[in-house]
Amino acid sequence: MTGIKKFRLKRSYFSFPYAVLSVLFVILPLLITAFYAFTRDGSFSFANFVKFFTTPNTLKVLLYSLGIAALVTVICLLLAYPLAMMLADSKINRSAVTVMLFIMPMWINSLLRTYAMKNVFQLIGMTNAYAAVIIGLVYDFFPFMLLPLYSVLSNMDKSYMEAANDLGCGAVQSFFKVRLPLSLPGIMSGVLMVFMPTVSTFAISDILGDTSTYMFGNIINDWFTASGGSGWNIGSAYSLILLALIGITMFIANKATGGKASAAGAAQAGGGLL
Amino acid sequence: MNNEIKTGEPQRQKFDKIIEVRNVTKVFDDVTVVDDVNLSIKRGEFITLLGPSGCGKTTLLRMIAGFEAPTSGAIFLEGQDVTELPPHKRPINTVFQKYALFPHLNVYKNVAFGLKLKRLPNGYKMKKNGEYKLDKHGNKIEVYRKLTKAEMDEKITRALKLVGLEAYGHRDVTSLSGGQQQRVAIARALVCEPKVLLLDEPLGALDLKMRKDMQIELMDMHKRLGITFVYVTHDQEEALTMSDNVVVIKDGVIQQYGSPKKIYDEPKNAFVASFIGESNILSGTMKSDFNVNFCGADFKCLDKGFNKNEKVDLVVRPEDIAIESGEKGKLVGEVTQSIFKGTYYEMNVLVGDYEFTVQNTVEHKVGEKVGLSIEPNGIHIMKKLLTQNEYITEVSGENTVAICGGNFEFVNNEGFNKGDKVVAEVDFDKVELTDDESDGTVGGNVAQTLYKGSYYQVQVYTDDDDDIFVDTADEWDIDDRVGIVIPPEAIRVRAFVEEKEEEKEDEREEEKETQNDGD
Repeated sequence: MTGIKKFRLKRSYFSFPYAVLSVLFVILPLLITAFYAFTRDGSFSFANFVKFFTTPNTLKVLLYSLGIAALVTVICLLLAYPLAMMLADSKINRSAVTVMLFIMPMWINSLLRTYAMKNVFQLIGMTNAYAAVIIGLVYDFFPFMLLPLYSVLSNMDKSYMEAANDLGCGAVQSFFKVRLPLSLPGIMSGVLMVFMPTVSTFAISDILGDTSTYMFGNIINDWFTASGGSGWNIGSAYSLILLALIGITMFIANKATGGKASAAGAAQAGGGLL
Repeated sequence: MNNEIKTGEPQRQKFDKIIEVRNVTKVFDDVTVVDDVNLSIKRGEFITLLGPSGCGKTTLLRMIAGFEAPTSGAIFLEGQDVTELPPHKRPINTVFQKYALFPHLNVYKNVAFGLKLKRLPNGYKMKKNGEYKLDKHGNKIEVYRKLTKAEMDEKITRALKLVGLEAYGHRDVTSLSGGQQQRVAIARALVCEPKVLLLDEPLGALDLKMRKDMQIELMDMHKRLGITFVYVTHDQEEALTMSDNVVVIKDGVIQQYGSPKKIYDEPKNAFVASFIGESNILSGTMKSDFNVNFCGADFKCLDKGFNKNEKVDLVVRPEDIAIESGEKGKLVGEVTQSIFKGTYYEMNVLVGDYEFTVQNTVEHKVGEKVGLSIEPNGIHIMKKLLTQNEYITEVSGENTVAICGGNFEFVNNEGFNKGDKVVAEVDFDKVELTDDESDGTVGGNVAQTLYKGSYYQVQVYTDDDDDIFVDTADEWDIDDRVGIVIPPEAIRVRAFVEEKEEEKEDEREEEKETQNDGD
């Protein structure tokens, strides 16, 4: 009897594989990155960080990247919100198939899509690298904005809008006073899910852009691919800086929406239609 | 026309009817949810729309609020047609079934929501020289203003006090209990000072004790405020307790309108009787005015105006049956069940094959022989609620069945043999009438025609002493000789089972139970 009791399967045992996974693929790499970031030629050093703050061009590129990411996020939001509203209205969207159509591009590898877009741009003779990168990023990350918005809007109880109308709101007023504030968690998680990867992207700006659209991700990429020297150390330090920036952004976003954004974002990223 | 009324001197006409629903029909995806409803609601009354779930009562309420537009018909508010008016322009507020409190606002801001949007008339636009500024049509231009902070605060505090939540203003609505949320919803609606307050099953989510308390409070509020309340519920007890008038609805059609007492004491049909309160519903025959026969005995009653030997439904409330030991009463039966209910015993008494429910303070044991008697005022006679022609008859030939003395062809899929006892059913609208008697399988006289809005319901008295009902677009004169034709595929034939009546009764009981349990 006691033997059986000893080997009883506890629910917490199921978490062991995940613990191992997170140690192997999250914590360990992070530690290695930190190790590289804080060393130079095998000894402890802040030189890598000093390099960041003393290279004006790097700072400029970071600001530029943040600007691009913000612009892409805003465009995605403005495009996705009306669409999500239409899709959430069961009168217009009688089946979820329509939503699927907007999500389906995510099933195709992002690099493939980007190369395809490059060809399209060449075909129509668009030479503006800046516009090409923006369009590419918006196209790539649009579903990440649409999904959380669609999810929060379609789950919103219709009676809230009816109550607003009942209490004297016209269509415009009820949108700004009720629908928009109630969809804030969806907006926040959509914003995070577009903003974070856009800041650190390098492939899209690499393929679609030129030297004028050099982003922070490109700089990190360059340091890691540079031969010899202390490239890995500097690249790691820059990665940590970006990580810290994203962490701060998330923290602020969470504070602003009362902790609902990340939970909603996580749930929608994993669940939903995919 | 509308503009004139609005911009002219305020018309202080007193409309007795605050809301009028005229011939309103609502169809959702080919399903008629509300069917040609007419209803007037008096100013200041507490009216309840009562019916089982899915009967269309909520849809009717939503049309009054403006959330749904009627498919046809019109809704009037104080004599003005508001059918096309959007909800935010109607002086009507709603308490929603699931409250629909805004989760991003606290209690105070939820209540303030409607007030912030309210605009009060604030005189007319003036020119600098002190004259009224006039618009293109020479009318004065009205000026509106928002409520001041102090005015709002005063109203909100008063509303919160009314529902007993004055200390909760700063609270998050999601942190409140169901009952408290309910109160906030009521305060939020009342603070706008609507002319009519609509309540959509507002107490459905509360537990029994809370519900009883809120019933009393709502009645109290209604008395104090003098606002018209339109209340929707499936709970008959709630309806009887709270309302001045009750509208019983089934399948989108109003079954009965009247005071709770009238609806309880004089239900118009078997549905109303079974839905409102406990009741024994039986079939009987009117022997003559004030005389009815059921369960094999004759009873005096207070109803007249029925045809001789007309089949009727009748309702006897359990508390109206006197019960005594021995075999003295008009009906003699045996107690099959006895349950103590606190202040009385509820007993089932089997008389013949009908089981009466009887309530009495004196207990009679199971198995005891008892006599039942019913005073004339305890029997209420109702017109039979017919939904189809139904005949207990027999198969008269290979493919024919005897109906009203004629042999009608039918589709004999189930292989009935000649002489089998069967029940034949025919829908009213499947029967055809012919001008020439000889064109029909049987002949008869038109006994009664009833205009039902879009068609006539004609009752034909056949030569075989039977009745057949026909829904037809044509008008027929009373006493006309007509022929009756029924297409073979319109006759449904099923085997006749002796216990059928009892089964039907069981079904009714079940139906009643599910209705009482509600959703």
